[in-house]
Amino acid sequence: MKTMTFIKNVWFGNLNLWKIVPVILFFTLWELAARYGPFAGSAVFPPFSEVLLEMVALFKSGVMMKNFASTLGRVLAGLCIGTISGIGVGILMGWQEKVYQSLSPIISLLYPIPALGWLPLLMLWIGINETLPVAIISIGVFFPLCYNTAAGIRSVEKKMIRAAHILGASEKQILFQVILPNAAPQIFTGLKLSSGMSWRMVLAAEMVAIPTGLGALIMKAESLIRVDIIMSSLVVLSLMCLSFEKILGIMERKLIGDWTDNA
Amino acid sequence: MPEIQLRNVTIRNCRNLNLNIKNGEYFVVVGETGAGKTTLLNMIAGVEAYTGSVLIDDVNVNPLPPFKRGVGYLFQELALFPHLSVMANIGFGLKAQGYSKKVMAKKISFLLELMQIRHLAERYPHQISGGEKKRVALARSLAPSPKTLLLDEPTSGLDPRTATHLSTELHDILKKMGVTTVHVTHDLKEAEKISDRIAFMVNGSIEKVATPAAFFFDPANTTVAEFIGMPNILECRQTRPLAAGLVEVVSDDLKIILPCNCRRIRKIAIPPDAVDVFDTKPSEPLVNPFEGTVEKIDRHNATVKVQVSIGKNRLTSELPANAFMNMSIAKGTKVYGAIRMNRLHHIE
Repeated sequence: MKTMTFIKNVWFGNLNLWKIVPVILFFTLWELAARYGPFAGSAVFPPFSEVLLEMVALFKSGVMMKNFASTLGRVLAGLCIGTISGIGVGILMGWQEKVYQSLSPIISLLYPIPALGWLPLLMLWIGINETLPVAIISIGVFFPLCYNTAAGIRSVEKKMIRAAHILGASEKQILFQVILPNAAPQIFTGLKLSSGMSWRMVLAAEMVAIPTGLGALIMKAESLIRVDIIMSSLVVLSLMCLSFEKILGIMERKLIGDWTDNA
Repeated sequence: MPEIQLRNVTIRNCRNLNLNIKNGEYFVVVGETGAGKTTLLNMIAGVEAYTGSVLIDDVNVNPLPPFKRGVGYLFQELALFPHLSVMANIGFGLKAQGYSKKVMAKKISFLLELMQIRHLAERYPHQISGGEKKRVALARSLAPSPKTLLLDEPTSGLDPRTATHLSTELHDILKKMGVTTVHVTHDLKEAEKISDRIAFMVNGSIEKVATPAAFFFDPANTTVAEFIGMPNILECRQTRPLAAGLVEVVSDDLKIILPCNCRRIRKIAIPPDAVDVFDTKPSEPLVNPFEGTVEKIDRHNATVKVQVSIGKNRLTSELPANAFMNMSIAKGTKVYGAIRMNRLHHIE
């Protein structure tokens, strides 16, 4: 009994072992499997240590930095355009019933189309250039954000709006001081969904059509059977996805954590 | 001059309502769920469209939006803003109406003190209790200094002790501030204690408006009489003043003590649920005790009405069904009882 309590305390204690140990175990297993497993010595499954070394080399040579910067620029541009337009249209739809009734069928029709489904169309419409990945990210970000913003605004309790009216608030004050703050948790859900999605979409767009960026680097590495470069790029991508989510999480806690369960 | 007048006001099931509420009055509207009590408040506040006229201080306020009617509204659901602290919730209306920061701070501070919630100022609504939320919502509705305050079931959802405490406190604060108050409740006991006048609503119409005492002595019709529980009305022969604002009245074989600063009481009304009946003599002394014989027993769903003859008097007691089941009371048996003095009404 005492031993069990001790293990529990160590595992779930201040050191947060329950969070760290599985990660260490994963990379150790990867290292061991690559060195002693069926693919040992083969170029198709390099050990984690070699991937790390390659990643450092790629950053030192500037190759990774150059491609990463291109990808990051596209993600930020697409995310900004998609976020502004998604939240803007979402606010209009959530706030004005007539706009909701008019746009809702179109949004419902287009939302289920996977973002990559737009790729062939966009390639024909805008050609293969810098605008293409930005456009595809914007589309991919727009729909979940628009949907979540509209749903968030529509779910704000009517009694709260009525109370604000009686207290003398104008329509603008009600929108900015009552409705948007209360719709914020759902808007953040849309933002978090979209930020991860934007990295997945930029990678796909770069792999298919653009000659620069992490996706393009992966495609080049694939043709040279450089799995270590592919894995390095994927690790960078995954770290970026995680960072964006963390940053949004911090923003969410800072902005609305005091009065929601995210405190 | 009446402060609020409703003239032939109609909305949904509420048809041709006419009502005068006096300046500074604490006016309570009672009735069953769905009687139209909240709709009445919505019409005064102007949050629902209606036909007819609502006059406040003799001014027809029909064309005015809610906040220009000088009305504060405490919703049953409170509708506190969850993203704002207690202080910001109270100040919301002041900020919206363009009060200066200095005035806002002064008013908020006054209301925090008045409602005894200063210690909660920085907290958010999800961090405070139900009773505290009610105080915050009340402070918020009082912040823009409304002339009239509408209270929709302000004590619902609270435990009986907190509810009694809050409603009494509410009454005292609003009377002190001179705010005309329209308070909606389904609790007649609450209405009796705090109201200057009571209006009884049934299916969208106002059946009776009267002072609490008059309400019990002249229920107007059987619907009102049934709602107030068919009180026992006793004629009083003698009134003897006692100490500390109490008097003793004699009604045939009954001697009843009740709170009153008066010399002569003609009639008293005793609600049946203010009459307790026991099958054995209680060991501890009781106020207004009596002994009698059971004449009639009427069983209802959750209650049992027991009619007891005490000499020439007859009293009906309403007991909870489970309490009745635990006693051996039958027609013709001798019973002991007591009359609770805090719910007695009288005519001088």
